[in-house]
Amino acid sequence: MDIHETALPGVGLRHDFTTRAGRQLGVITHRTGRRDLLVYDREDPDACEEVVELTGDEAEALGELLGADRVVEHLAELQRIEGLAIDWLAVRPGSRYADHSIADTQARSRTGVSIVAVLRGGGAIPAPTPDVRLEAGDTLVVVGTTDGISALSDLVGS
Amino acid sequence: MHGAVVLLELGGVILGLGILGRLAGRLGLSAIPLYLLGGLALGEGGLLPLVTAQEFIEVGAEIGVILLLLLLGLEYTAGELLTSMRAAAPAGLADLALNFTPGLVAGLLLGWSPLTAVVLGGVTYVTSSGIAAKVLADLGRLGNRETPVVLTIMVVEDLAMAAYLPLVTGLLASGSLLASVRPVAVALATVAAVLVLALRYGDALSRLVFSPSDESLLLVILGLAMVVAGLAQGLQVSAAVGAFLVGIALSGQAAEAVHSLLTPLRDLFAAVFFVFFGLQTDPSSIFPVLLVATALAAVTAATKVATGWWAARRAGIGPRGRWRAGTALVARGEFSIVIAGLAVSAGRESDLGPLAAAYVLVLAVAGPLLARVPSPMVALARRRAAAAARSEERADVSG
Repeated sequence: MDIHETALPGVGLRHDFTTRAGRQLGVITHRTGRRDLLVYDREDPDACEEVVELTGDEAEALGELLGADRVVEHLAELQRIEGLAIDWLAVRPGSRYADHSIADTQARSRTGVSIVAVLRGGGAIPAPTPDVRLEAGDTLVVVGTTDGISALSDLVGS
Repeated sequence: MHGAVVLLELGGVILGLGILGRLAGRLGLSAIPLYLLGGLALGEGGLLPLVTAQEFIEVGAEIGVILLLLLLGLEYTAGELLTSMRAAAPAGLADLALNFTPGLVAGLLLGWSPLTAVVLGGVTYVTSSGIAAKVLADLGRLGNRETPVVLTIMVVEDLAMAAYLPLVTGLLASGSLLASVRPVAVALATVAAVLVLALRYGDALSRLVFSPSDESLLLVILGLAMVVAGLAQGLQVSAAVGAFLVGIALSGQAAEAVHSLLTPLRDLFAAVFFVFFGLQTDPSSIFPVLLVATALAAVTAATKVATGWWAARRAGIGPRGRWRAGTALVARGEFSIVIAGLAVSAGRESDLGPLAAAYVLVLAVAGPLLARVPSPMVALARRRAAAAARSEERADVSG
């Protein structure tokens, strides 16, 4: 997917891309923090069919919905198994696992809990391999028993 | 007693402007033509000539020009100016050639001095970036693909003003082209220096003047802009350009904060400026030039549409987008009046003021309206295609 960036002098920046289905979408980032969500016209690809103004907070919320939702979708199936819990654990600065690989945490062997995704800076690393390095500020999506998760939470938090 | 009259007159003027602004908003028009009409009504030979508030309005008008240009400078960062200039140089040149020439030629045909003809060229050249930006925002066109083309053309025009205003100021002061070489050279060198300095040290300067207190930030920036404008005026480089440069030099946090602080002040003093221009113009002098103004408006509306069309086509925009780009550029407003104002206050060619006023009245109203009209070429092509499809159908049926 190619995202094009265009400067709008006096306004801000525009990013746009074409979806696989052929629709063109864009976002204007105003200097003031306002965002405009753009849906381009099918007939006249130079014009916008729809422009939705979003405040900074609304844009953030929308971004989270679009980004985090995909992880949740995959996990929703798992949640139906009795005794299995899903949780989100933050890797805070100073955590003993910051700057260590997932293998170093020995999460699975110590607590039986699996790290199924690492959320980092608005993106996600789904199904990370053991050599993925954790960073302060990451959020780990973990699956295991309730006890296992609380044990891992203590480990990551310390 | 005198104080009471001044307050009454000034209050009446500002209140009247407020009501006119509201009316313009209702009608979806720019307020500029209505402010000009208000000024015409209040001036000598108007409906309700002002007596005491003239002096304040005159100073207010000067502050209005400074604020207009200061905020214009704040809109852009030095980096944006340079990249736009590189990207839009051909479009900018076409814009200059297509839109400056009609004014220049019209001035010469009217038998004016070459100097006043150059001023009229400036009046027809500059698009009102205030009106155009509002049209783009109101019609939800900021995201359109042709919009960067429109915006960069306006940026180039604003930069061209940095050379043009000192040229005119110098010409008006001395009357000779040779004598205006120095202010133009000074202005261009200063613009270049400010751009380089702003690129390198803009952040440091902005941190230096930035203050978390709105009050002191407002006073420091306004004072700084007026001092620099005064210095520039003293060097005959034009006060407006001085203020523009201050705006460009500021960036980042300071620019953002100052922008929102100064916008209401700009709105007030810019309105005063338009009134003042109207005040200086005798309404009865408008009628004799109305025909010329309308013809000039029609020609230069067409040349702006052609400019936008050509520039958008170069950028790979489709026919409908080309039309939108062209019509967005048609409106003339604040800068045409600023340019004409320079010549009027220098007492040149008495017809220039009324002609510029009538010209801006026409195009400030017609510009936003034209921008809403869908492309006639596309409608025509579609009708033709539909007709062709119908006749094919008929051929199929009969065959």
